[in-house]
Amino acid sequence: MAKQSNPPVYAFHGGIHPPENKAQSLALPLGKPSLPGELVLPLGQHIGQASRPLINVGDRVQKGQAIAINNGFLSSFLHAPTSGQVSAIESRPVAHPSGLSDMCIILTPDQADEWIELEPLENWRDISKTDVLAFLAEKGIIGMGGAGFPTQVKLQGAHKHPLTHFIINAAECEPYITADDMLIREKTLELILGIEILQHLVEAKHVVIGIEDNKPTAIAALEKLLKERQSSIQVAIVPTKYPSGGEKQLIQLLTEKEVPSGQYPADIGILCQNVGTCVAVYEAIKHGRPLISRFTTLTGDALKAPQNVEVLLGTPISHLLDYADLQDKKLTRLVMGGPMMGFTLDSSDVPVVKTTNCVLAATKKELPQPAPEQACIRCGMCEQACPASLLPQQLLWFAKSQEHEKAEHYNLFDCIECGACSYVCPSSIPLVQYYRHSKSEIREAREAAVKSDIAKQRFEARKARQEAEAAEKEAKRLARQSASAKPAAKKPAKPAPEAPTPAAPAVDEAAKKAKIDLAITKAKLKKLEKALLEAQEKEHTEEISALQTQVDETKKDISELETKVASTPVAPTKKATAPAMSDEAKKAKVDVALASTKLKKAEKQLAEDPDNTELKAKVSGFSADLKTAQEAFEKLGGNNTKPATGSKPVLSDEAKKAKVDVALASTKLKKAQKQLVEAPDNAEIKAKVAGFEKDLKEAESRFAQHNTALADNATPAVKPAMSDDYKKAKVDVALASTKLKKIQKQLADDADNEVLKTKAADFEKALKEAEARLSSLDNNPAPDTPPAKKPTMSDDYKKAKVDVALASTKLKKIQKQLAEDPQNSELQGKAVEFEKTLKDAEAQLAALDVPVTPEPAKSKAQATDEDATRKLKIDAAIAKASLKKAEKALSKAKELNSEDTSSLEQQVEKAKAHADELEHALQNGTASAEPVAQANEQSAEFKERLKKQKVAAALAKAQVNKLKRLLAADPEVESLQQELAAAEKTQQDEEAKLEQLTNTQENR
Amino acid sequence: MSLLRITSPHTHRAGRRTSWVMQMVMLATVPGLITQTYLFGYGTLINLVIACLTALASEALILKLRNRPIGFSLSDCSALLTAVLLALALPPTVPWWLTVTAVSFSVIFAKQVYGGLGNNPFNPAMVGYAICLVSFPVPMTQWIGASEIIQAGAVPSFSDSLAAIFGSLPAIDSYTMATPLDAFKHKDGMMSSEAYASIAGLQSANLVSWMYVNLAYLAGGLLLIWLRIITWHTPVAMIAGLGLMANVFYGLDPDNAASTIFHLTSGAVMLGAFFIATDPVSSCTSNRGKLVYGLGIGILIYVIRTWGGYPDGVAFAVLLMNFAAPLIDYFTQPRAYGHKKAKKGLTIGGEK
Repeated sequence: MAKQSNPPVYAFHGGIHPPENKAQSLALPLGKPSLPGELVLPLGQHIGQASRPLINVGDRVQKGQAIAINNGFLSSFLHAPTSGQVSAIESRPVAHPSGLSDMCIILTPDQADEWIELEPLENWRDISKTDVLAFLAEKGIIGMGGAGFPTQVKLQGAHKHPLTHFIINAAECEPYITADDMLIREKTLELILGIEILQHLVEAKHVVIGIEDNKPTAIAALEKLLKERQSSIQVAIVPTKYPSGGEKQLIQLLTEKEVPSGQYPADIGILCQNVGTCVAVYEAIKHGRPLISRFTTLTGDALKAPQNVEVLLGTPISHLLDYADLQDKKLTRLVMGGPMMGFTLDSSDVPVVKTTNCVLAATKKELPQPAPEQACIRCGMCEQACPASLLPQQLLWFAKSQEHEKAEHYNLFDCIECGACSYVCPSSIPLVQYYRHSKSEIREAREAAVKSDIAKQRFEARKARQEAEAAEKEAKRLARQSASAKPAAKKPAKPAPEAPTPAAPAVDEAAKKAKIDLAITKAKLKKLEKALLEAQEKEHTEEISALQTQVDETKKDISELETKVASTPVAPTKKATAPAMSDEAKKAKVDVALASTKLKKAEKQLAEDPDNTELKAKVSGFSADLKTAQEAFEKLGGNNTKPATGSKPVLSDEAKKAKVDVALASTKLKKAQKQLVEAPDNAEIKAKVAGFEKDLKEAESRFAQHNTALADNATPAVKPAMSDDYKKAKVDVALASTKLKKIQKQLADDADNEVLKTKAADFEKALKEAEARLSSLDNNPAPDTPPAKKPTMSDDYKKAKVDVALASTKLKKIQKQLAEDPQNSELQGKAVEFEKTLKDAEAQLAALDVPVTPEPAKSKAQATDEDATRKLKIDAAIAKASLKKAEKALSKAKELNSEDTSSLEQQVEKAKAHADELEHALQNGTASAEPVAQANEQSAEFKERLKKQKVAAALAKAQVNKLKRLLAADPEVESLQQELAAAEKTQQDEEAKLEQLTNTQENR
Repeated sequence: MSLLRITSPHTHRAGRRTSWVMQMVMLATVPGLITQTYLFGYGTLINLVIACLTALASEALILKLRNRPIGFSLSDCSALLTAVLLALALPPTVPWWLTVTAVSFSVIFAKQVYGGLGNNPFNPAMVGYAICLVSFPVPMTQWIGASEIIQAGAVPSFSDSLAAIFGSLPAIDSYTMATPLDAFKHKDGMMSSEAYASIAGLQSANLVSWMYVNLAYLAGGLLLIWLRIITWHTPVAMIAGLGLMANVFYGLDPDNAASTIFHLTSGAVMLGAFFIATDPVSSCTSNRGKLVYGLGIGILIYVIRTWGGYPDGVAFAVLLMNFAAPLIDYFTQPRAYGHKKAKKGLTIGGEK
């Protein structure tokens, strides 16, 4: 063989020399069995997901017509091996070690063997390689060596690294099998041309055909042809030793390189293809012929005429056994594949598939029953035979004692299950079986670990969500508390300023939830993808398909969640023309609350019953409702001039990330704030809060940036920032008021404490500032509306109240002292002074109280109006709900072909009409509320003046009273008398002014 | 048609069963057995019969107690092999009850108590041997001398051997003589040259007969390697270990230390190297492990012979290395295909 430069051949560890038994099947020429009565074509003939049928039962198909399409990345096409009719698509026993059944397309041939028009890929050299790969995929080409790995996927993977070697595996090391040998002999040219096509696709430095030296005829044919063609393809003749045809072993034989554990040959720049695959590639590209037949060895002593046959896929084994003259009585073991790695078949009804290289019909003498297993004496023969250099005897020990970790440590997963160890074992221990069992147990344990990881993640996410919700609740509670601390008198103005508070968190909450869900789902996807990759690497067929489906599902979930996240917090507006009225806002709020409640309920149901499509539809409907409601509400909360962009702002990943950051930061902030409320003097927490605030702001600004960059509509970005500021301000108010209260309480106990007083004053100031900020934020969305004034007013009011309380406390104390010591003039003076202060304070309080007590008629009217609107809205909501209910009932009835469809239809109509009516009324009401609101605005201004006037009047009155009292105490003082007179005059003036104003107001 | 459902592989190497392995090992002892019988009389053969009967009986007894299939386990010949090795290791004239004690102890306590074949941590034959050596040192160190130099002038006859084993042979002293190792150990400060000249056990006839015995076992061992029943690693490493030690110390002090050849050709070196240390169950399993294991035995043999209390140290050296075998196994795993380097120890979960 030295005449041509044969590439060097190296060695691999271990290996065995079982009797070859190859001569039997080479005695006869290639056979061509007749068409069987029916062809059984399993949908899963390859690694990966099963194909999807393209035809229906009863369809007539032509030879070569695609009858099943690939179902995902790791899947393949399937073609009709002959023309005929699809008689069934059903579960049939298939050729699989499990012996289980699988879905098959059953084809009844019409004996016409009529080809579909074939379209060869003539220009494969000119078009892009991806197109050629796609073409190969459509022709159903998969690795025909054994694993059935889709060829296009393998070739794609080969582009990862520049290839040094393209190895064509013609070693065929298993005893008995001669299919590849026969194929090389019969189709030498096709093989070489196929290799050339593949070489064009992969562009490897060396192309080597690896063939065992027990196939001299094939080697001679190859070398002759290669010499004729002056081809650069080399033939490497490797010594006959099992398992030299194993991919990893052949690579070691030809390149001396080892495929790193857990990696592909492509990772070290090597690609292996089986000879059958090369021929199939040639036939697909040159003739357009899909993979519908293959060479299979029929052998074994139970056959009278062992031979190789070119057989149509789907041909039942029994048909082939008949063809090869089976002696039924002799047959004890029917093996698909070789005696080393093949698997036994329960019956001969299973069909030939794309990877069936041999059918071994063995007699009892040929493949005797294994001897009973004896104890392992650690003789080490298995170790000497192991081509992966493992320690099978140790692995057996660990497998038996279920020490999986140790087994893994001893590289159990590098076992290629070649069976060499079992073959040589003097104690007849079925070692490979032990390893398979251990491997599957380890895999199961890994899957369980992944599952528990996911469960843990879910639990943690849920906890985080619950904490966030609790923090939100707490913030809301504080906000409510500070709100209720304000005078409860401003009824008409109340809903408008309150509106943003409860609704905004609702929106936030939904958004947050969606975001958290999204994050969880993404994490899940990542994990799944990793698992999938692992499974693909280790070629765990069963896992791959399951994981792929899971990944797909998760991806779908993610896209859903993403749209949800994108739409929930910053939904664009639709009704741009609608006026921004307080009742409108309220309506929106009610709608939002209603919709979100419904949505939540539906989601909860959905969570319990995830497959319910009806519920899913409901959820999507509700979320749409919620979106609309939120849009409406947001528009009211924001500026009236907000543009009505219809397009949804699709958030970039970064923006999304920023959003999540915002949510996170705000959660942290809230928590810290809560702690701060509990311990207001803790500097550490304060610093923390400040830090979190900064974080939050940064995150917000980042988010805003991303958001603005994405959508020209800037409002969505402003909005959350605003609402957060608002929340913050509120929390500040709550904090300050808490502190103030505390100090006041202390002050009440110890009225003369100057320090406390200054502190109280400080806190009051702080409170005021915070409130001012809050009010300014309140003002922002709807500037110059009366509600904005409220907080300032209430502030004054509170202050006044505090003053009153203080003064009265002091007075009481002094009076008590005075009672004990009536002669003390100093005390008397003090008492008088305190009385005065008290009166002043009371006057102030009264002044603050006064403006609210006489309710303006208009505002009353508005209140009634609003009440009516609210009622209307609730009616509308109810009507809508009943409409939906009726519609649902109708659809159900239709589904069930019920007879009262018509009556239900009527009901729906009625409900629709009612809902429309209400909606109409509601809109009218809203419209009529508009002027009222405008008037309201004016009246608010007026009220403000009135209030001021009242205060002035009260003050004057107080002054008068004071002077009078002083005068009573000391009637001789002239200056006091004069002062009194002046004060009385001022009082009169002020009261006159007040009267005037009141009159004006009444006139309006 | 009822088809068998069996996982792959479906074919097995014909003939090479565990019992075949045991039988081959026993067969490989035949040259040694013949040589020993020729040089020291029929005592070894008689012991062999006693040992085999005892082994089968005790194994059967324990199998019965353990409710195991008796015939199935007896047919693996492992008990027989233990008996054969023990019989070869015991002096030809030990009383029968000593053989019975040694063999039954090996089979029952060193093997069956641990769970039978494949589960014993220690070499059963050596456990039995060591027990007797410790318990009955006198009969365990009485060896027949070379026929040229003993008083009787010839090896004991069959009847004399029988008498020595089953009764008492008053004239036993006329046959026995210290083994070269024993003699050399008790040369009492004499220079080596003086010892060779003056001590009976160190006369060349005695040295030569022991060399023949060792050569015979070497031949049997080579047969085992040729049959691929054992690998070369353990015996070569053990001989190398012993040779290396002997060489070093002989080089340092040729006047007092024994030569390398003396060490390698006396005592049970070859029997130990090819038949005892290679017991797969209790030895190391990877090729590298076997090298370490054999080297350790060789070194220990020299240490025990030279500085220990016993003239020969094969049994103790093997038992000591049996202790170490699992540990050595952890640290001498071969580099598996596709791995850059061999894994060591048991760092579980640490690597991928």
